[in-house]
Amino acid sequence: MNFIKTIEENGIEALSLVVAVTIWQIVADRVVHNKFLLPSFYDVISSFFTIVKSGLLFTDILTSLLHFLIGIIAAFVIGIPLGISMGWFKKANRAIDPIIEILRPIPPLAWIPFAIVWFGLTHQAAGFVIFVGMIFPIIINTYTGFKNVPKVYVEAAKVLGCTRNMDLIRFIAIPSAMPSIVSGIRIAMGVGWMCLVAAEMFGVSDRGLGYQIWHNYYLHRMDFVLVYMLLLGFVGLLIDRFFRYYVDAKLLRWTSGTVV
Amino acid sequence: MGRVSVRNISRTFTKKEDKAGTEALSSVSFDVEDGEFICLLGPSGCGKTTLLRIIAGLETQTSGEITLNGAPITGPDPKRGMVFQQYSLLPWRTVIDNVTFGLEMQGINKAEARKHVEKYIDLVGLEQFKDSYPYELSGGMQQRAAIARALANEPEVLLMDEPFGALDAQTRNILQDELLKIWEQKHVTFIFVTHSVDEAVVLSDRIVVMTARPGKIKEIVKVDLPRPRSRTSPEVNHLRDRVLRLLEEERFHR
Repeated sequence: MNFIKTIEENGIEALSLVVAVTIWQIVADRVVHNKFLLPSFYDVISSFFTIVKSGLLFTDILTSLLHFLIGIIAAFVIGIPLGISMGWFKKANRAIDPIIEILRPIPPLAWIPFAIVWFGLTHQAAGFVIFVGMIFPIIINTYTGFKNVPKVYVEAAKVLGCTRNMDLIRFIAIPSAMPSIVSGIRIAMGVGWMCLVAAEMFGVSDRGLGYQIWHNYYLHRMDFVLVYMLLLGFVGLLIDRFFRYYVDAKLLRWTSGTVV
Repeated sequence: MGRVSVRNISRTFTKKEDKAGTEALSSVSFDVEDGEFICLLGPSGCGKTTLLRIIAGLETQTSGEITLNGAPITGPDPKRGMVFQQYSLLPWRTVIDNVTFGLEMQGINKAEARKHVEKYIDLVGLEQFKDSYPYELSGGMQQRAAIARALANEPEVLLMDEPFGALDAQTRNILQDELLKIWEQKHVTFIFVTHSVDEAVVLSDRIVVMTARPGKIKEIVKVDLPRPRSRTSPEVNHLRDRVLRLLEEERFHR
């Protein structure tokens, strides 16, 4: 019953998807007639089942998720404390900011050669490239969140007996900056996901969703390329949805009713 | 015990480009008795909020000294609670967790602190809303919660910086009456900044009327009227008239 209700409620969305897929199938099958130039919807589905059956799908997804996890954890562990110290202590900001401003404009993919030199063809190498992509949005949003902590909260805390820097950071600044930190993480996840594909494509790894795109392109199996493209999209979407769901329900419940 | 003594307090705000600076307060002295309700009243920009913030320890004086029970004030301390003009509840904490904040800072665990603050939440009439987040409350309720939060620390002095300034007139009157009830129940000294003559006359034992900038004490008016005070009795009207005239003089002096 629920399923039918969902279809009723999302009728326009569902219809739009069905129409798009139908057009794709017709164009590929009747007009283009070339599996290399444009694989049809049917080709993609059957390729998808092939990799499901072979089990390759799961190893590749898990590998990519591992790379992503290495990157995000490193970016958290280094980026958030840096952003906090820059936002809270003026001198730390003056010391760290110039370095960041020089490193930040370097595209993360430019680090790939060094990633390979430093880490070899390992998961850590791929994780490193993702880390480079993720860390700057995290630093900058943490910093901005800390800069914008309303003075009245800090003063209210002080007159209530919360006067040490550590306590003010922990009880006032971090919760107050949380919406900004979270949106930094979300931006970072988008950037990181892009870096993941590029890192795996350009030889930092020999497995993973991004690697498979390049690999299948060499084999001229464009239907598989398309499967992996769509998979990258779906996995990225799932990560973002999961994160948003968790964060809005748990961390940012108090911001409902305010404009974020 | 909360005896506050303000001695020759001056405060000059300096900016880099202008060396002389702006004098906000100029040798202000007065004493507040234990358990007294004092209002600081004056034209806007007269430094009354600055004075209150110095008493709170959030701002420093350029010269002079303020003591609480004889001990000089050097920084913020839970003995001096404060209620701000802006809504200052921590928006990520529920009402009850805001009220327990001070106790948590003293190292009391959350469960125990919650039990302990129950009575302050009852006192301000927010039993039903204790698990609500600040955004779910009206302005008046938020200020009530802020009062409960300040009281939970059992301060000797409660500093209030136009706490009802942003509220509508009805809510304002109700909260003034409730505040007086709290003051009668708790043995706390109140220093209350306001720009409203009505508020000062209804609430205080004495009104410290300040001059326009730089803020000095113009006159300390004793309000010798029994409580509960009617807002419109001839005595109250007479007093209001007198205070208004003092403030009006300030307008013409500038």
